[in-house]
Amino acid sequence: MMPSQSNPLALVCELTHRCPLHCVYCSNPQELAARASELSTEEWVSLFRQAAELGVLQADFTGGEPLARTDIVELVRAARTAGLYVSLITSGLPLDETKLDALIAADLDHFQLSFQGSTESVAEEISDTKMHTQKLRVLDWLKPRRIAVTLNFVLHRRNLHQMDEMLAIAESSSATRIEFANVQYYGWAFANRGMLLPTRAQLDEFLAKVKAAEERLRGKIRVEYVVPDYYAKYPKPCMGGWGRKVMLITPRGDALPCHAAAVIPGMQFESVKEKSLREIWEAGSAFNKFRGESWMQEPCKSCDRRAQDFGGCRCQALLLAGDASATDPVCSLSPKRKTVDAVLAAVSSTSSAETSLSVWKYRPNPS
Amino acid sequence: MAIDSNAKPQLAPGCRLGENNNQRVLLMPERALRLNGPSLEIVSRCDGKHTVAQIIADLQKLYSKAEPHKVESDILGYLELLQKERALDFSA
Repeated sequence: MMPSQSNPLALVCELTHRCPLHCVYCSNPQELAARASELSTEEWVSLFRQAAELGVLQADFTGGEPLARTDIVELVRAARTAGLYVSLITSGLPLDETKLDALIAADLDHFQLSFQGSTESVAEEISDTKMHTQKLRVLDWLKPRRIAVTLNFVLHRRNLHQMDEMLAIAESSSATRIEFANVQYYGWAFANRGMLLPTRAQLDEFLAKVKAAEERLRGKIRVEYVVPDYYAKYPKPCMGGWGRKVMLITPRGDALPCHAAAVIPGMQFESVKEKSLREIWEAGSAFNKFRGESWMQEPCKSCDRRAQDFGGCRCQALLLAGDASATDPVCSLSPKRKTVDAVLAAVSSTSSAETSLSVWKYRPNPS
Repeated sequence: MAIDSNAKPQLAPGCRLGENNNQRVLLMPERALRLNGPSLEIVSRCDGKHTVAQIIADLQKLYSKAEPHKVESDILGYLELLQKERALDFSA
């Protein structure tokens, strides 16, 4: 039986997989879409209209690097005209003041700039690119302009000690929102997990600092944070529940319930080139696969928290328990929780010096 | 954080009214708040022209059957929530 569902609220648009950065925790799949396979301007514009009709409120332009699309200003304008709230999630490269003014003139609602750390050396180690100085320049350009700015700091073992400096960067900018997003371990991040996963002590220090910042900056900057769920007692409500709130469109036009869903064997993703967004949302096999509760196993099936966390993350269940229908193994009630505890024990017994001798797997660029 | 009754609240950059399935919403970065009768009346007066005191007086008139003190404390509570969401700028 197909559970009833409401409409999606957000359309995550992976406009391209091309990117000037090569971050070791990139959320893109291991198999990247080539430029030649990307959806055209007209195909995206049609999607924005369909999404607004379906009840979607927000379009998140991401990638890869969305600014790598030469039609980015046109796409912003089209999504706004369709009635969507448009966020640009960017590394700030390639960008100059003329392009920024064009984006603002196209009514871009929200500019989210990612940071790899507070210094060029850490940022370069993580992204294999020199671009930290450019990001600081972008902050200067944003300051006199009227647009919402979020700074997104991606956190892990190698930069958690820079919290104070990262806060200082945010406080001297025009940002009204900071995200401290600890890396989640899928795809590229899973491949580099041994070097990225923080220690318990680092995490405790982070939590103390982020909570103090939240209090201190109230009314001025909204501070939000995500902890690495390996350290959590219960799993995160991944994507707000499978097929409940979010639709993600890949550069070549496949519609996914989450960015990592392609790792689950046997999933059939439908293309927006062949079906409407509404058909895919309501009847698509991938969207219905883990919708509702009928797919759940114990202990989720009879758990009081199942309507709160929806069993956690399906991709993580696959990666850590070998079964996408299992309870997310980060859950303390999961019979596989010991797998996660073993990973954490290995992290705390490895010194920072040892992890820095390992070799990063950088994300390449598509053809 | 206390709210100054002479301050003039206005929606912060990136925060604006929107509509979805005939439901008015306040759109903001990564969020949307549903607006019902009174909250819509408050938000639509956060235009940088009305002072907090004027918003309170307007709504006390509009909801004249309600206890005036209750209207005032509800408005202040709602403005504090919006401030915490970083949806408002206050000018003197």
